[in-house]
Amino acid sequence: MEKVKVKICEGTTCFVMGGQAVKSMISTLTEKYKDKIEISSVRCFGTCNKSDSFSKAPYVMVDDEQISSADLEKVIAVIERKLNNE
Amino acid sequence: MNNSELETKRLKREVLIRLIKAFLSEDFPENTRLIPYEMRPKYSEVPFRCCVYKERGILRARTLAGLGFSIEDDDEKTTLATYAKKALERQRPDPNPLTVVESACHSCQAARVYVTDLCQNCVARPCMNSCRFGAISHVNGRSVIDPEKCKKCGMCVASCPYGAIIKTVVPCENACPVGAIAKDEHGFARIDTDKCISCGKCVSACPFGAVHAKSQVIDVLRKIKEGREVIALIAPALMGHIPCKPEQIQDALLKIGFSKVYEVAQGADITATTEAKDFKERLENGAPFMTTSCCAGYNELVKKHLPEIKPYVSDAHTPLYYTAEIVKKEHPDAVTVFISPCFAKRREVLDNPNVNHLINFEELGATLIALGIEIDTCEEKEFEYKSSKEAREFALTGGVANSVVAAWQGEPGAVKPVIVNGLDKTSIRDLRLYAKTGQCQAGNLIEVMCCPGGCIAGNACLGTLKDAFKKVKDYGEQGQSLGKGKE
Repeated sequence: MEKVKVKICEGTTCFVMGGQAVKSMISTLTEKYKDKIEISSVRCFGTCNKSDSFSKAPYVMVDDEQISSADLEKVIAVIERKLNNE
Repeated sequence: MNNSELETKRLKREVLIRLIKAFLSEDFPENTRLIPYEMRPKYSEVPFRCCVYKERGILRARTLAGLGFSIEDDDEKTTLATYAKKALERQRPDPNPLTVVESACHSCQAARVYVTDLCQNCVARPCMNSCRFGAISHVNGRSVIDPEKCKKCGMCVASCPYGAIIKTVVPCENACPVGAIAKDEHGFARIDTDKCISCGKCVSACPFGAVHAKSQVIDVLRKIKEGREVIALIAPALMGHIPCKPEQIQDALLKIGFSKVYEVAQGADITATTEAKDFKERLENGAPFMTTSCCAGYNELVKKHLPEIKPYVSDAHTPLYYTAEIVKKEHPDAVTVFISPCFAKRREVLDNPNVNHLINFEELGATLIALGIEIDTCEEKEFEYKSSKEAREFALTGGVANSVVAAWQGEPGAVKPVIVNGLDKTSIRDLRLYAKTGQCQAGNLIEVMCCPGGCIAGNACLGTLKDAFKKVKDYGEQGQSLGKGKE
């Protein structure tokens, strides 16, 4: 089975808005999901430079789905959905 | 940073970003006035409070802190537009670094000890026997605490074999190591500025994000806009809290409008050698121990709560002191701005005429966002002065002690470091004991840092402690050791 790819933006905006803290919280999930997810940091997606969208940072991508104002709960919810093919 | 802290910090940072954007806009006062309405427009969701009006009210107060004012002094009638204008006219920043959003704070219940439903109505009644104030009685088959008599000592909590008694805390009061924040008669948290050491532990502890730093970011940006020569002095901890290479930081700050950037690590080299020399002299004169002197939170603690340890504190100045001295010598007319990981340095900056302003990492981050500076696309540029490995690692717990060991010119092995990794009630008690008895069994060089983890764990930091540690360490490894050439 292909792994669900979790990408955390490490651009300036996402970093300042707590992206690294979100990443470290998500990293604790590798225990639970073992080889089902793959976590990586990526450079700016470019989402944040549109008008007010900085306020919805940090952004996380789970496969092709973008999560705004990302926190642990939101990311887990999407990972679960992807794993169950919903 | 846990999930709840993330939420409050994001909210505070969003306000700062919008405020800086307003400053950069055509109409600063009007766009400042609009911040609460833009963040909570008509019909918007109400994520935290009872209604959109209360949310706006709180956001208005947060904006006030961003403008550098005391929320406590606000008459609630003056508009943000007027405050924005006042901020532009201000000559000196407010001396006390922290302020409380009263309306955000009110939701908190005062600390108390409470017997829960799980009380088993036991025969032994250890709770009643443990209470030295006669506050516990037995009513309707259950222990009850009289809040009038209860001193919240927690003896009953410890005595209950069922764990049925709990002690609730007020997070800010609980986090404060010196008892400087407490609820007033209206239930609002109040900071006693005579006691406050500006460590900022309450800022991080409050789940409502009610404690704010009064920002100087507008003062700094105004001076840049006026075309003044504004120089940034960056704390060593910054290397760990910015998503780029250390060499890119200079370019990012120049893009903001700073005319030059100095690493405070430059002054840390002087602190290390001065402190090693000071320590050697003290040991030769029979001193039992010495403590470091670079943490602003600790220096405030010594001044306000622990004067008895003063004779044991090193006479070496802080890295910021030496760096600012060099900068002012080279650029006498420049405005100097310290880029700080914490709030406590505000007090030190206030007392040092060579440093004009302080902005913290959060405010720097907000400025980068407001200006649309993508930091990992910035140019790489080496610093003119090559700081040592130890100076770069000053921001890590144990880093200052290591630097003294590296700069040590005396008998090898004579320096025995003791690390006080974070100030809390226990470590303060230990320090008081060392001062009182004039001895410290554990060693002779006591490094004191207010934040557990060191300056990279300062309360205005952006990234996580773990990642920051690694980045600062990596940068340190690229520097030459102060101890090189010894032996």
